[in-house]
Amino acid sequence: MARFRSLTVAGGALLLWAVVYAFLQSGVDALIAGLHIPLSERWGTAVAFFVYEAPKVLLLLTLVVFLVGIVRTYFSPARTRRMLGNRSPFIGNVLASMLGIVTPFCSCSAVPLFIGFVEGGIPLGVTFSFLIAAPMINEVAVVLLLGLFGWQTALLYVVTGLFIAIIAGAAIGRMSMERHVEPWVYEVRATDAGEEASLSPDDRVDAAAQSVREIVGRVWPYLLAGIAIGSLIHGYVPEQFMAGLMGRTAWWAVPAAVLLGVPLYSNAAGIIPIVQALLSKGAALGTTLAFMMSVIGLSLPEVIILRKVLRPPLIAAFVGVVAVGIVIVGYFFNFVLG
Amino acid sequence: MNIEVLGSGCPNCQTLERRTREALAELHLDATIEKVQDMQAIVSYGVMRTPCLVIDGRVVIQGAVPKVDALKELLTKHAGAR
Repeated sequence: MARFRSLTVAGGALLLWAVVYAFLQSGVDALIAGLHIPLSERWGTAVAFFVYEAPKVLLLLTLVVFLVGIVRTYFSPARTRRMLGNRSPFIGNVLASMLGIVTPFCSCSAVPLFIGFVEGGIPLGVTFSFLIAAPMINEVAVVLLLGLFGWQTALLYVVTGLFIAIIAGAAIGRMSMERHVEPWVYEVRATDAGEEASLSPDDRVDAAAQSVREIVGRVWPYLLAGIAIGSLIHGYVPEQFMAGLMGRTAWWAVPAAVLLGVPLYSNAAGIIPIVQALLSKGAALGTTLAFMMSVIGLSLPEVIILRKVLRPPLIAAFVGVVAVGIVIVGYFFNFVLG
Repeated sequence: MNIEVLGSGCPNCQTLERRTREALAELHLDATIEKVQDMQAIVSYGVMRTPCLVIDGRVVIQGAVPKVDALKELLTKHAGAR
């Protein structure tokens, strides 16, 4: 029994989660009614929005981060590298983008991972597909989209994110940019670190619980602040306010949203709720998606870290191709589906 | 025992170093701890995730920050194997 202690605790926690989530809606309804919060007043709308959304998103976040944490224990960069070896170019890009979602990755490991891939003979374009997909399609972004926008938008985000990672990686692969990788990368003679230790079910649960503590622990203040600001927008900003600024008719809105998104990295948890509120005030879906992708997928710190292994022309190609991809996605949703 | 903590200086690496020191102190083990922050040196170990713990030249932890208890178990094993 002691062997499966963490597993048992996790089972209990999941059950508790399900009960709380099932009664959340009626519980919050009762609270709003009990406190006589007037939904006809502006401040009432704002408060009600916060009270509904904050606990729901936090609960979803905890569950998804836990489940993704379990899945990630089955993947490691070393295993992903093996799976990517000797693939035909385009298949390599597709596979690398999808593995980018499930392989554990943090931008502080971007350099060792890049070198590991290059040393393992993974083509540059395939490596970039991975490096684009890994941060862009992450569990925090997907949960927020799921909780605040619904599963359709979340799915749309994942599919378009994969599309950008595949196409951008393939494009970089065709540019023959190998000479713009810093020469020392090719000179590294790495010893084989060997296999990572095999894990018991309990180890996997522990690892997932640790990622919940780490990710939810880091993200929740931004999340609550974002939902609070979103609530104010819902309550106080007039309908159609954003239509002129971020609406479909403003052609410059998509590129502007991408430019604005780059320096706002790491605050996805705070920004998505605000963006959701803006969308309900007349902003266009494509512009909104482009903004979010730029915030999450194109981050200044990651570019700075990658500068250690990439020369400026390759950095420029990376940022440029991804930015163009995001702009195309933005226009596509504004004009084709809008 | 010769212990190296590999990492670019991110919070995770600092936590790993602190916990390793704690584990060593609790076990009354004598070891030298060295921090390896140079990227070229880190990748020469063949690792693709940081932080890492290297004991006597062998990578024993990659991309994880175990709790002090788990580190104690690991260190005891390696001290005994010598």
